[in-house]
Amino acid sequence: MRKIFLGLVAMLMLIPLVLPATAQAKKPLKVAFVYIGPPGDLGWTYEHERGRLALQQYFGDKIETKYVENVPEGPDAERIIRQYAIQGFDVIFTTSFGYMDPTYAVAKEFPKIIFEHCSGYKTAPNMATYFGRIEEARYLTGIIAGRMTKSNKIGYVAAFGIPEVVRGINGFTLGVRSVNPNAKVQVVWTNTWYDPVKEREAAVALLDAGCDIIAQHQDTTEPQKAAQERGKLSIGYDSDMGKFVGDTVLASAVWNWETYYIATIQNVLNGTWKTHQFWGGLKDNIARLSELSSRVPANVKKEVEDARKKILGGWSIFTGPIKDQTGKIVYKAGEVIPDDKQLAMDWFVEGVVGKVQ
Amino acid sequence: MEFLTSILTITIRAGTSLTVATIGEILTERSGTLNLGVEGIMLMGALSAFATVFYSHSLVLGFLVAIGIGGLLALLHAFLTTTMRANHVVSGLSITLFGTGFSSFLGQRLGPATNNFRLVGLRAERVVPLDSAWIKQIPLLSAFLNQDIITYSVYLLLPLSWFFLYKTRPGLWLRAVGEHPQTADAMGIDVTKIRYLYTVIGGMLIALGGAHLSLSYTPGWSENITGGRGWIVIALVIFSMWNPARAVWGALLFGGINAVQFRLQASGTSIPANFLNMLPYVGTIAVLVLMTWWEALSKKVGAPAALGTSYMREDK
Repeated sequence: MRKIFLGLVAMLMLIPLVLPATAQAKKPLKVAFVYIGPPGDLGWTYEHERGRLALQQYFGDKIETKYVENVPEGPDAERIIRQYAIQGFDVIFTTSFGYMDPTYAVAKEFPKIIFEHCSGYKTAPNMATYFGRIEEARYLTGIIAGRMTKSNKIGYVAAFGIPEVVRGINGFTLGVRSVNPNAKVQVVWTNTWYDPVKEREAAVALLDAGCDIIAQHQDTTEPQKAAQERGKLSIGYDSDMGKFVGDTVLASAVWNWETYYIATIQNVLNGTWKTHQFWGGLKDNIARLSELSSRVPANVKKEVEDARKKILGGWSIFTGPIKDQTGKIVYKAGEVIPDDKQLAMDWFVEGVVGKVQ
Repeated sequence: MEFLTSILTITIRAGTSLTVATIGEILTERSGTLNLGVEGIMLMGALSAFATVFYSHSLVLGFLVAIGIGGLLALLHAFLTTTMRANHVVSGLSITLFGTGFSSFLGQRLGPATNNFRLVGLRAERVVPLDSAWIKQIPLLSAFLNQDIITYSVYLLLPLSWFFLYKTRPGLWLRAVGEHPQTADAMGIDVTKIRYLYTVIGGMLIALGGAHLSLSYTPGWSENITGGRGWIVIALVIFSMWNPARAVWGALLFGGINAVQFRLQASGTSIPANFLNMLPYVGTIAVLVLMTWWEALSKKVGAPAALGTSYMREDK
């Protein structure tokens, strides 16, 4: 019995020696993804995972994709990115802001491997960045929230006071105030991307403070669920949260990574990949507005559609006049906040209640 | 007053799972077993409770399954540390690592096909806290009454576990085993039996704390739903100096601070959230420092002397 078993093991060990001969003929492009949360968060990581699956499906056996989930930002990330590099992956996508320095460090060590970092600003000849102007979609959801709030108090559960989040809050608030100048957006910071319990507690605190619509910049659907349980409305983010929570989610600002992932890998396969800083918006279809809930009245739908067309036509949501929280005009009528100022945004527009922490 | 009542309500609600798990860990540590598997057991409790309720639609069954799973994991820990005399820290940590990973794994496999076999994002029956308008009219007291059934059991469990530990003979035996197993053995107490018994009971309570999260507090399953609350429980045991009566203050402090700081933010007060979040840990460190400095206090309320050591009769 034991001899048969050993024989089997020996034969199994032979397989890898024979296989490469056939496998090398095709040699698929190896693509790796590093995720901050679990793909089951129904939010941020879920959308990247959807992008990865679409990518795999699009290219079939021309590529081979792998991912690792729940990678904390910090030294652990560098270890995992380096491991992928050593294993001979050709393209590595790192999908959280905090992976920027680890990715940069590994990119310098492996000049032949292509690194793509999401939401950061450091690049190298073999390291590009990509991100989207999700605030354009948020602006549209802001119009809906501004029209549908009754208490004129909208709650916003936010993760960290970094420009990415601040831009989202400002874009959303500008949308709200474009139709309802009396409404205020109340911000509560959780200091975490992913913590279902904290995200819910923050939303409940906002609801108790009189907010009747909850928007968020977090990675799970907990704030949406908390609002629904109180019979209140919400605005989703990351994924089409209405699908998971119900029609109390009026609309969601949704990421659409697949278009970017497919285009990038196509470039790599064609040998035309060059380092870049991609920052697309609604018109590039990297960020989009979800289907609207049936609770949104037709006239509001039309208003949203008009604004969408305006943005697609090249209008920036950060076009003046824009006032800061003290009511002072910081950008005059017709003036657009330049990209570098947007990328470093650390102040709130008029109508936001709270401080950048 | 209304603001205070609402803060107190949410504080008690947030502290419930912490209190249950802390009492469980206190009973465990009082027997001399150090169980660092709290985080893993809580996660397995939360997952198994939610999955059971989702399929059986019975909350009672959900809690029972969670308690059973918690008991089993703790039994494994008791077997490794008491019978096999393994290192308590290593065994406990491996249970946490196992529970964290395995609960995520099951969370992606146990769901229905319609949801891609995931449990995330699903709804099931939940424990609804009492929310009576009539009770709400009583200020402050209503914060204690408008709660769910698990919180009510905590009201019972707290005095009972304190009475048991300090006023009954089996409680004395338990403390004796944790302080000096040799003496306890000489007294005729079965050290192995006691350690098994209270480690398992402790594990059951810890899992119940986890189940409270997924069935009541944050209804539904999400990966890592505990978010490190298991480690807070371990800090809380030290904070409460191994006394269930004091555990409640710690749990309210730890559980409440989060809820309170969000409310303060929402009401426009500008105390930095990070400062508030730090307070409970400062408290824990203060207790540790106090116990080291003040020997008399440490003798009276300190850690069980035999905590984390395995006992064998033939050993000296």
